Amino acid sequence: METVFSIKPLLAVLVSVAAVPFLIWSRNPNTRETWTFAAAFVKFGIVLSMLPAVLSGTQIVCKVAQVMPGMAIAFRVDALGMLFALVSSSLWIVTSAYSIGYMRGLNEHGQTRYFCFFALALSATIGVAFAANLFTLYLFYEMLSFATYPLVTHHQDQEARSSGRKYLLYIVGTSIGLVLPAMITAYALGGTLEFSTKGFLAGTGSPALLTALLFLFVFGFAKAAVMPLHSWLPAAMVAPTPVSALLHAVAVVKVGVFSVVRVITGVFGIDLLQSLHLSPVLTAVASVTILVGSFVALSQDNLKRLLAFSTIAQLSYIVLGLGLLSPKGMTGGILHIAMHAFGKITLFFCAGAIFVATGKKNISEMVGIGRRMPVTMSAFFLGSLSIIGVPPCGGFISKWYLVTGTLEANQMPILFVLLASSLLNAAYFMPVVYRAFFCTPEEALFENRVQEAPLFCVGPPVITAAISIILLFYPQPFFRLAESAVRAITGG
Amino acid sequence: MSHHFPALLVIAPLLSAFFISGAGWLNRRFCLPLAVASLGVAGLSALSLFWRVVQQGPVLYRLGGWDPPWGIAYAVDFLNAPVLVLICIVALLNLWASHRQVEEQFKEKTGAFYTLYVLMVTGLLGITVTGDAFNLYVLLEIASLSGYGLIAMGEDRAPLATLNYVYMGTIGACFYLLGIGYLYIVTGSLNMADIARILPGLYENKAVLTALIICLVGLWLKMAFFPLHVWLPNAYTFAPVPSAALIAPLMTKVMVYVMIRLMLTVFTPGYVFSTLGINDAVVWFAVIAIVMGAILALGQRDLKKMISYIIVAEVGYMVGGAWLGNRAGMTGAILHIINDALMTLCLFLAVAAITYRMKSYTFSSLKGLIRKMPFTMGAFILGGLSIIGVPPTCGFFSKWYLITGALQAGHYGFMAALLFSSLVNVVLFFRIIEIGFFEPFNEGHGHGEHGPEPMNEAPLSILVPLWIVALGLVVVGVYTSEIITHVLQFAIPKAIL
Repeated sequence: METVFSIKPLLAVLVSVAAVPFLIWSRNPNTRETWTFAAAFVKFGIVLSMLPAVLSGTQIVCKVAQVMPGMAIAFRVDALGMLFALVSSSLWIVTSAYSIGYMRGLNEHGQTRYFCFFALALSATIGVAFAANLFTLYLFYEMLSFATYPLVTHHQDQEARSSGRKYLLYIVGTSIGLVLPAMITAYALGGTLEFSTKGFLAGTGSPALLTALLFLFVFGFAKAAVMPLHSWLPAAMVAPTPVSALLHAVAVVKVGVFSVVRVITGVFGIDLLQSLHLSPVLTAVASVTILVGSFVALSQDNLKRLLAFSTIAQLSYIVLGLGLLSPKGMTGGILHIAMHAFGKITLFFCAGAIFVATGKKNISEMVGIGRRMPVTMSAFFLGSLSIIGVPPCGGFISKWYLVTGTLEANQMPILFVLLASSLLNAAYFMPVVYRAFFCTPEEALFENRVQEAPLFCVGPPVITAAISIILLFYPQPFFRLAESAVRAITGG
Repeated sequence: MSHHFPALLVIAPLLSAFFISGAGWLNRRFCLPLAVASLGVAGLSALSLFWRVVQQGPVLYRLGGWDPPWGIAYAVDFLNAPVLVLICIVALLNLWASHRQVEEQFKEKTGAFYTLYVLMVTGLLGITVTGDAFNLYVLLEIASLSGYGLIAMGEDRAPLATLNYVYMGTIGACFYLLGIGYLYIVTGSLNMADIARILPGLYENKAVLTALIICLVGLWLKMAFFPLHVWLPNAYTFAPVPSAALIAPLMTKVMVYVMIRLMLTVFTPGYVFSTLGINDAVVWFAVIAIVMGAILALGQRDLKKMISYIIVAEVGYMVGGAWLGNRAGMTGAILHIINDALMTLCLFLAVAAITYRMKSYTFSSLKGLIRKMPFTMGAFILGGLSIIGVPPTCGFFSKWYLITGALQAGHYGFMAALLFSSLVNVVLFFRIIEIGFFEPFNEGHGHGEHGPEPMNEAPLSILVPLWIVALGLVVVGVYTSEIITHVLQFAIPKAIL
């Protein structure tokens, strides 16, 4: 595989950090938001400029500093990282627009702080995506944990405080308590932390030790919200909605899953996992999370909490796809990083738009809201279709591949898990949509008069819903990236 | 001239102490420039010695031209060269940060403070640079006595805390002296290199064993190794902040250095780790120190006491790492001497800034502080992240080596203690961030722009050195590789694998 040296990955990471001083010293909000947009577009542009090279099978590498003998802060852009970076940097642009509508619509305090830490969080996300070794990944993973804390606790009230505590306890507690010892053990065993397509742990330790290590990693990256370490995510919903949308449906949680994927493929390697017979265990853990998450979502009345539990379940699709260890399943899992992102962010945007326009958070208070906010609720409908995994939305493709992956791996029970989960997804999303549009005039809680949220709140979900549809018909480049990532992993 | 740097290191601050105390009588304005100048000379000497050691290897200096073992030798090698530089940097930065407070708080005692300050630094530099076991005791007393004075200058319960420290510290120093006495009886020498040459033939001798144990107990008392830590929290809490910010980062760390010096230079690693057979027990004591330090820190309601107990835990890190008996653990321990001194300095300078404005360092005075003093709190948080061990701050890297060492030695208790204390540190620092960030609670759940609360930052003379240290934590972290490949790996004998 061809390798090219370039500082572009570093620039892509740093551009949003570099914007922070400008955000702080901007004299009025419009200048400040201009800087956010500038950073977001530049970041997306840099990521995009690396896409052709990555698609043609080139790896872009950049070593920043040798921090310890045998350990460096280094970036390497491959297909998997590219896919994730593309998703999160493109959605930052949309979310920035949405943030303006949401934060100004609600006249929130501390907006400068909010935009600053948002920019920091995005830097950390891209850092994780492009990390060339486990140390660099861990560095940005931790940076993301601390950068998102002020966002989660934005409201600075008692509820935010206790949620913030839970957030840190789960996220930082596991990364220090589980990942750090696992990482040091891996380094002691393999003598390196560099990700490679075949992993570096094969033949270094006893099966029991390696199995234990895998679980330290899978549960230690608690941002992936694998049960039983999931309950920080519903708690984090106390954050302003744009934070929930970009960070708790895309960036933070996907960083968790992405780290798990990296560890499975780059540290252990598919062959090692196969020889350790860990596929059933991984898929079982993921299946439990999928089913339990979906069942809990059924019983939620708070819309954002429902979305949170749905996210918990959907994240495990990705773990499940990788755990199948079959090419189709892995393609589906990796593709789901992108497909779920566009679907779920749409849903969060809609939930936020409803809150801005009406102040309602609970589903039971949203009967008949489709008449008042038809555009928002249509976008919501499309987003939920994508999550359920039916055409005309992109979620269909990833679910299709996951299902064929179960057939390929000959795992019939998993097939049923996926199908049951789809039914459950429909069961918790469709009533929301149904009751929004179809109710008798007596039941309706809203006047029959169209009154949408501000344009900056409504535009973004429409855009992401549209992208969700486009992704069904035109899934490249994500599809090609996922395919070439899997090709690299399986060596086929 | 450059030949005399090892002596200059000690003599420049020692002589200046007389002039400063004179200036304190005549004109207080001259005290600070004199202190800065003498410490500057010491700092430049330390830097050039460090450079020479890295370039050409260890330097041996004979005081007065007398050859060892009869004369006193000053030996600068890969182990103490970085510690010398560290002491000078910490002393100078703290001088810069605290001079305003010193002059406002001590008024006519300013001269006395600066005299004691340079004497303390003299002692610390001397302890570190000397190659003579008895000379080390003399300088240890210089450092300790001036340290007692510095702490006793505080208000409130400072005299009582000092008295406690005097008792404990004196016992510690006496133990060390007694141990050296035993060694002198057995070997007839006080020069470290000379003792090291004679000792291997005498390792069967019970007096040698007793000497080492007694020396170690004395040093553990001086470095506040749990359960011999009881003097430390009150002494550091009631000390005036300018004194605490000098003593807390340096005193315990220099004592750890002396312990490592004894283990590696005076005795052989083979004797200390194999023949003696106490390393497992010591590491378990370190485990207790770390766990108890962390738990006791959790119970505190003011900043200085909390940091004091964190130091107790950190001493456990270093002692445990040094006694793991492998290369990674020893590297971690030495690296942590540097890192912990910088982290502690960072925290104490932040406390200095907070006390300067709020006139208090209890948790309740921290309310709303992130808005009122964002730069101070920013640096404080950075220091906290380093204590927690978040990359790329330096605290992560020493912790990495310590955990690797624990793993290689199969000492899982030590590994668990390190992780436990990291987690407790998360709680400790985020509790402070919570108080600074959330309280007082806003009415109406924080919607709407509030009128800007007045920002009341500390003066630049505190903020600038504070941020130099805070950024230094990251710089030192990123340059860990250089520090280890160019310096520390030569400090550890090849016998330790």
